[in-house]
Amino acid sequence: MPRETPSTEADLLLEFKSVNTYYGDLHVLKDVNYAIRRGEIVSLLGGNACGKSTTMKTIMGVVRPTRGTVLFDGEPIERLSTSARVRRGIAPVLEARRLFPRMTVFENLEMGAYTRKRGSEFNEDLERVYSLFPRVKERRNQLGGTLSGGEQQMVAIGRALMARPRLICMDEPSMGLSPLFVEQVFDIIQEINRQGTTIFMVEQNAAMALSIAHRAYVLQTGVVVLSGTAAELKENPSIREAYLGELQVNAAA
Amino acid sequence: MTTADVYLQQVINGTSLGAMYALLALGFTLVYGILELINFSHFNVFMVGSFVGLGMLELFGVEPNAAALTGFALIGVLVATFAVTMLASGLLGVVIERVALRPLRNVKGPAAMITTIGVSYILFNLVLLGVGADAKNFPSPLPSISFAIGGAVLRLREILIWIASLLLMGGLTYFVQFTKMGKAMRATAQDPDAARMMGVEVDRVIIMAFFLGSALAGAGGLMFGLYYNLTSYVIGFTTGLRAFTAAVLGGIGNVPGAMVGGVLIGLIEAFGSYWISAAWADVIIFSILVLVLVFKPAGLFGRLAPNKS
Repeated sequence: MPRETPSTEADLLLEFKSVNTYYGDLHVLKDVNYAIRRGEIVSLLGGNACGKSTTMKTIMGVVRPTRGTVLFDGEPIERLSTSARVRRGIAPVLEARRLFPRMTVFENLEMGAYTRKRGSEFNEDLERVYSLFPRVKERRNQLGGTLSGGEQQMVAIGRALMARPRLICMDEPSMGLSPLFVEQVFDIIQEINRQGTTIFMVEQNAAMALSIAHRAYVLQTGVVVLSGTAAELKENPSIREAYLGELQVNAAA
Repeated sequence: MTTADVYLQQVINGTSLGAMYALLALGFTLVYGILELINFSHFNVFMVGSFVGLGMLELFGVEPNAAALTGFALIGVLVATFAVTMLASGLLGVVIERVALRPLRNVKGPAAMITTIGVSYILFNLVLLGVGADAKNFPSPLPSISFAIGGAVLRLREILIWIASLLLMGGLTYFVQFTKMGKAMRATAQDPDAARMMGVEVDRVIIMAFFLGSALAGAGGLMFGLYYNLTSYVIGFTTGLRAFTAAVLGGIGNVPGAMVGGVLIGLIEAFGSYWISAAWADVIIFSILVLVLVFKPAGLFGRLAPNKS
């Protein structure tokens, strides 16, 4: 599955260059470097409080790096507002989905397209979301808060697609979903990727993440300790022990 | 007058007062829904609005002894007076947000709420300084036409208040339900962080909430003047507190709740004044508030705080 295309500057969609992020005195990301190429699914693995969510917040502009640069499509974006980043083509799938509970599914999708003009493209995007998720179409007049977790995740992914993004940042897409839904969601993520959208995904479920990712980074207490193709990482003994092993123990319990 | 006539009269009076309370309650609810802030300066934005309306009417030459206007002249004066009053009050709300509240946006605790009390007192004293302590006669451009319905009397001022409030509340409902900005306001009220991630500029949503709420309060202030034929620098506190009660009664943060709560408070005031005594109106209103808070703390229609899910 990993692509053998050589990496050049023009291939890079998102880049972290020596990014350092602080919460007050707490140093969260320490000289972190990522390079995500167009068309890839890249997964970010790590335990609790390792800086995964901070990475997502740094990409979306909720947290600003103290030092270092974030490049999107070759241009620095670390000073831009969240809104400006969404306009440039970065859309989030938020942790725990975060649908607007008292808005309908359709209105939630509209919110995903908030930075875009309403027109024929909106309708195309809507049709695309409905064809990827027929269930979302069925539920379009229901309030977001009344859906099951899996349905909410479909709407959350659809909402991100409505921004017509070049990069989707997913924070824990499998969290709280039944194994059946996790399979479905990951199939859809691959399908979206095949249709041309780059995906950067934070995921606790390392086995699942490595099964669809082209490459992955491993973050530990704010430092990238390992990176490589998904195939390489799956074979790496320390990964097997720390992430894949741990998961099997959880599954058995 | 039969008992039925008297009751009908209380309904006429109560719904007129209630429409005014509802307009004022909407401002509390819009701002609370988004910032979880009780904006006490809203009381006196309402009061300033009634003086802006008074100034506009005087500008149009409407005076206590002048002949009443009719036809297009009447409609023109009313529309212009409402428009200018609402615009001025709305801008006052935006200035208050920008100058006094935005710098405190990320300060936790009651600092912002206490600031709104301070702003309220500043407005109160500025108007006292500017126009003096006497109640001012509020001229009405309306001809004194009234209709007898049985023994009850329906005057033009009540019809005006009903029509204007229905238009304003209908307009607000349309805005919040169907426009892009309105949807952004609802999304921000439900989950501000997620709304920001969709690209919503939350500062603009907050400005819009203050503008709309304050503009509606200004319209309410103008109605107060037209209804009671007077205004004064003190009207903000009593009326504001009743409207705030209306917002809590309907479930603060809930837009339809504020509308229903306002009308209920107006009816309670009218019937309470009739059955017991006008002097007891506030006692009745606040007793009902206490009962609601004890038995249904989130108000009749719920939503005490945005559900962050």
